[in-house]
Amino acid sequence: MISATLLGQSLLSGIFSGCFYAMLGLGMTLSWRYLKVINLAHFAFVLIAAYLTYQLVGKSGLHPLVVAVLLIPLFFALGIAQQALIDYYKVNEFASVIVTFGMAIITEAALQWFWSADYLKLESHYLRGSTQIGTLFLPIGEAVMALIAVVMCAAVWAALRYTWLGKALRAGLDNPQIAASFGVPNRQLSYLVAGVSGATAAIGGIFVALLFTLAPSQIFAWLGVVFAAALLGGLGSPIGVLAAGLLLGVSEALTMAVIAPAWAPVVPFTLLMVILLIWPERV
Amino acid sequence: MSAVSAKMPRSYVPYVLLAVFVFFAALPAMKPPAFAESFLYLLFFWIALATSWAIFSGFTGYVSFGHGAFYGAGVYTLANLASYWSIWWCLILSGLVAALLGVAVAAVVFRTRLRGELFALLTLALAIVLSTIILNTPIDGGPGVYLLGVNLPSFYGSQASTLYLFGMSIGMLSLFVAWYLQRSKLGRALFAISDDEDVAEILGVPTYACKLIACGISSALAGVAGGIHAVFVSYVTVSGTFNLEVPLFVLLMSVLGGARSWIGPAIGAVFVTVLNNTFVSGDSALLVRIGIGVTLIIATLYLPDGVVGLVQKFGRRNTNPAVDPVHPAQVEQPAAQQRSTTQAMTATGETLVQLENISLAFKGVRALDGVNMEVRKGEILGLVGPNGSGKSTLINVLSGFYKPDTGRIIFGGEDLARRPGHIIAKHGIARTFQIPRPFGRLTVLENVVVAAMFGAGGLPERHARERAMHYLGFVGLDSRASALPSELNLHQRKFLELARALASGAKLVMLDEVLAGLTPSEITSAIAMVRRIHSADTTIVFVEHNMRAVMELTHRLVVINQGKMIAEGDPRAVMQNPAVIAAYLGTADAED
Repeated sequence: MISATLLGQSLLSGIFSGCFYAMLGLGMTLSWRYLKVINLAHFAFVLIAAYLTYQLVGKSGLHPLVVAVLLIPLFFALGIAQQALIDYYKVNEFASVIVTFGMAIITEAALQWFWSADYLKLESHYLRGSTQIGTLFLPIGEAVMALIAVVMCAAVWAALRYTWLGKALRAGLDNPQIAASFGVPNRQLSYLVAGVSGATAAIGGIFVALLFTLAPSQIFAWLGVVFAAALLGGLGSPIGVLAAGLLLGVSEALTMAVIAPAWAPVVPFTLLMVILLIWPERV
Repeated sequence: MSAVSAKMPRSYVPYVLLAVFVFFAALPAMKPPAFAESFLYLLFFWIALATSWAIFSGFTGYVSFGHGAFYGAGVYTLANLASYWSIWWCLILSGLVAALLGVAVAAVVFRTRLRGELFALLTLALAIVLSTIILNTPIDGGPGVYLLGVNLPSFYGSQASTLYLFGMSIGMLSLFVAWYLQRSKLGRALFAISDDEDVAEILGVPTYACKLIACGISSALAGVAGGIHAVFVSYVTVSGTFNLEVPLFVLLMSVLGGARSWIGPAIGAVFVTVLNNTFVSGDSALLVRIGIGVTLIIATLYLPDGVVGLVQKFGRRNTNPAVDPVHPAQVEQPAAQQRSTTQAMTATGETLVQLENISLAFKGVRALDGVNMEVRKGEILGLVGPNGSGKSTLINVLSGFYKPDTGRIIFGGEDLARRPGHIIAKHGIARTFQIPRPFGRLTVLENVVVAAMFGAGGLPERHARERAMHYLGFVGLDSRASALPSELNLHQRKFLELARALASGAKLVMLDEVLAGLTPSEITSAIAMVRRIHSADTTIVFVEHNMRAVMELTHRLVVINQGKMIAEGDPRAVMQNPAVIAAYLGTADAED
């Protein structure tokens, strides 16, 4: 039997990875539901932002907050540019998988071109160390990331819930022509969603650089589990993706602690398959 | 009529494939350099994988990211058994294990209707789970498996030549299977599923079984290719087997070449493999990856049906320069009308279908609320009611589109309620859709052939084509047999729906608002058409808002409101019924 401390610690790390999945999944779930784009390039954006952070913080010595101020608008614009392209070619949901997959491959090769295929680690003093709560260690970096992920999800949820945005987006989904005739600016809204999704990728990328080692192949590292979180949470639901992320993260962490680290991937994907099969209308 | 022959043209493809096979089988005798053999091996290996992927995913449109899992199942089956059993048995088992996995997955996954993207994700998840299991169990255990002492037969006295022959054979076999399937009954079913699965089911295609069989064949071929490849690489690892290379490359090759064609994926495979092996050193390998990404994007945006689709498009343009104007069957109307008045099959009073207590609720809304009614043999039964009254729902229940919550549908002594749509179609119930739903990428003729082959008639191909041409002539679409449905106007597409329903050989044809959206003169010709169908020995349920047509055509009327039958009987009497008038015009408010 494993100790309570170990269990608590792995629970904690599960919560952190869950929040991380939600941070990456938020943009994914929004664009899937509201833009009908299954955006694999989202992960490419995340990794580009991570490498830029590595360069700007690690090499040029900028403060991460400054980098955030630079990257968030940049990726907001990148998101819009991508959506403009997808709009122009009228890419449907299925084709969007292939097109954005192509973008992800190109990005992977480009990252390798500039930064090599080797693992890189950003050496900085930002968000390092940990504090102790009782017998548990709380790593600062992960805790800040988790907090921001929760804030992001809550903010998007509130924006959809308490402003006219949510209604307008749903109306546009239901029937774009009629929504437009009632004054819903469909195109601007879709750019807003794409932009927000891009911005979340930038934030995710900054934390990837601060917390993980980088490699171009990392683009595909979180794809499966983030997909699972977006689907399980219900497409377009910020709170859902957070809850599903936590469920996956915690179940992974507990599998690692109780069974063996190597078995960790089985749990979230088995969970995904079971839920898809017994409850297909959920997603 | 003469433009399209009812006979399927004979194909020289099998002879060509055989000649190609003989050529490549004889190749090692010419002592080619070693690299040529291994390059050709890789070429055929990818042809096998891409073609086998397309047999399921390309034909049905259900994109799988799990082809690596089926391939990997073959790799590990052989890697674990090769030192015990002969290579032949191992390869057969590789195929069997992969096929079993494929069929099992399909059987579970397709129990419910699944959106395409979800299927793609599920298969991705499957590959991840399978690879984790293999990694953590003695099947691999972590360090990988060496294939030592595999007992290969020797062709041309060299191991390399033998492996090349194996790879070449599975590549050619996959091509042959894909070609054969494309022309077979199963192939038609898969294409119909790809275009509109619900309609395919209603026309009698056993969609579930077809998907299972296709997935099994596709996985089996991938499994055998995997088994051969295990011997070829002689050391297999989980990370080398289950990476994204296989699912990504087969998708790329198929999209590029044209996934709906038997030869398309092979064209893509040749292109990508040549590209990939021409630039193998560091930086240019990176360029190739970028090239692959760019190709994927451009091919998706500009070549929706791949290279083959492009070629076919030019082919169509050249052979079908001008589309001749259409003159549907109005010409024969007067005669037809006369005949129908004199020869119309008279209602016998015998019950053809008996509906007992049919109820269906959607999330609390009672769409059908205990409907009891019958359809009599030989009649034209009008089914009317205000919008949202449940008419279309009733048609949907009768055709198996929806499963009723309660009740029985007795047809030919059997209860068909809750049976799958294709079983109902086989019993002889056919329908049209209010908004026509032709199979968009099949020609007009093929649309009808599917119905004739899978419907109640269940005709073999040749007879099905004859029958299809007959009914296309009947509705006046014979001159458009080789057109695509998108080239037809609404009126013609409605008639295509009719031809499909008729060619299925149904005893009962349900027409769901065939007149909606037609111009007055088109309505007149459609009414004549319904008469002619009726005179051709078919019972008709006629759902319609156009009261002129209802009164002209129907022998008996059933009125539905709020999911309940409120009146039934002679059309004129029913329309005088106060309950019917109230349903249409509303009741006078008591407080007025």
